[in-house]
Amino acid sequence: MAPDLVGLLAFNVLAGIATLALITLGLGVIYGMMRIINLAHGEFMMLGAYTAVAASDAGLNIWVAMLVLPPLVVGLIGLVLERTVIRFLYGRMMDTMLATWGISLGLIGLVTSIYGNVVRGVSTPVGSFEIGRYGASLYSLVIVAVACAALAGLYLLLRLTRFGLILRATMQNPRMAASLGVSPDRIYMATFALGASLAGLAGGVLAPISGISPAMGAAYISRAFITVLGGGPAILTGTGLASTLFGVINELVSFKTTPVIGDVALLVAAVLLIRVLPQGITGRYLRRSL
Amino acid sequence: MTAPLLAVDDLHSGYGRIPILGGVSLQVNEGAFVGILGHNGMGKSTLLRTLTGNLPATAGSITFDGRDITRLSPTARARAGIGYVPQGREIFPALSVHENLRMGCLLSRDREEAVIADILTLFPRLKAYLDRPGGALSGGEQQLLALARCLCGAPRIILLDEPTEGIQPSIIEEIIETLQAIGRQRGLAVLLVEQNLNFIASLSQRVLILQKGCITREVPPDVARDRAMIDEFVGMA
Repeated sequence: MAPDLVGLLAFNVLAGIATLALITLGLGVIYGMMRIINLAHGEFMMLGAYTAVAASDAGLNIWVAMLVLPPLVVGLIGLVLERTVIRFLYGRMMDTMLATWGISLGLIGLVTSIYGNVVRGVSTPVGSFEIGRYGASLYSLVIVAVACAALAGLYLLLRLTRFGLILRATMQNPRMAASLGVSPDRIYMATFALGASLAGLAGGVLAPISGISPAMGAAYISRAFITVLGGGPAILTGTGLASTLFGVINELVSFKTTPVIGDVALLVAAVLLIRVLPQGITGRYLRRSL
Repeated sequence: MTAPLLAVDDLHSGYGRIPILGGVSLQVNEGAFVGILGHNGMGKSTLLRTLTGNLPATAGSITFDGRDITRLSPTARARAGIGYVPQGREIFPALSVHENLRMGCLLSRDREEAVIADILTLFPRLKAYLDRPGGALSGGEQQLLALARCLCGAPRIILLDEPTEGIQPSIIEEIIETLQAIGRQRGLAVLLVEQNLNFIASLSQRVLILQKGCITREVPPDVARDRAMIDEFVGMA
């Protein structure tokens, strides 16, 4: 294989890993911290994408429209939904799944009635560059950068701040944290908003490279879900490792065959992984990591 | 006479429809060390879990520092000054020893590092382990850590649930000495539930006997040390 082709392939693999990590992180925070399976995760991403569309239509700087507004807006929506719906259902996994599924359907309906059931787009703000004879999208580099920044930011938040310490302690033992003066209710509220905000960021960043429609969330939720389960209880390490594993498999198989078969390979790999490690990668290895 | 710090009146509680506490009444004064002696299954842990708010009271009242706290959340009770060292220690296993102590400092009004340095003078053994995960400590060291973590929040009373359970005798001696030092230096009130006679007798100013969910009698601490006497009183073995 020619070196420039290897370079292109490596670049695409990296972009694939970054995309997977980006779409998974928000779901991972909510699942890892609260054991809540947020079936509205894809719709949170969809709302992030629509926020980017609306903001750039309104003439806002495209970078602000993609990177700043979506996490803020969707984080706020997550906060409201947590206060009005989710907080009454903690500890009831089935009920939270049903409730978030209902939220997901409601959001799809709401956005459809506002924007109509059409596919929209945002133009990519950067062009392409060349790897030897091949052109590669510079925007993939943006996705890699945002994914790295999101992972690093979350790591620093959890590791260095007082809030991060309280978050980790509450995740391990909410009753003991309460006996030390923490209000787990508040922590769960903040965590849910944080997860929603990360989903919004993913939606905003991926807006230029995806067809934006009310039902677009469905394209992401299954991959995000598989990556969370494959990663296991440690949010960051799990997301990182599972994204890498599945991203590499997906991109390499897609390269050799077609993207559809690449997705099939990802699914097969996930099934095998869960069969071997039912608790995900970090359920067995690197248990004490973040 | 001043009002007691903690006053429990006719407290009932249990799990679901199974009653465990059938009307417990007791008082703990400021700075007093009160021990409650009871068999397994007599309701010792249930009593502390009800006092900390982890289990709802079904009847009766709990008054702390003149304020009715019967319906407050565990968080609000902790903030009011009730420290809790639960059975099984409940150290955060994946947090380091230092981080466990920092969690204890959340309720302290003083600077975190100063509080931790101050508390570590009482627990010299923990100094060597500050960067280790809490879950990697032995049971006895975890017990010391749980106590230190509780003290970091500067509570007015500590509720101690069977601190000697499953712990090697040398560390039990160390815990006794530490608790005696805390009593002398800080004037904290302690409510201890135990079945280790020597431990409870070495520390308590008053010893109450808990049987089948009720306080049945009070015995002097030196009587509590005497297994034969206790056997005669309450059938403890």
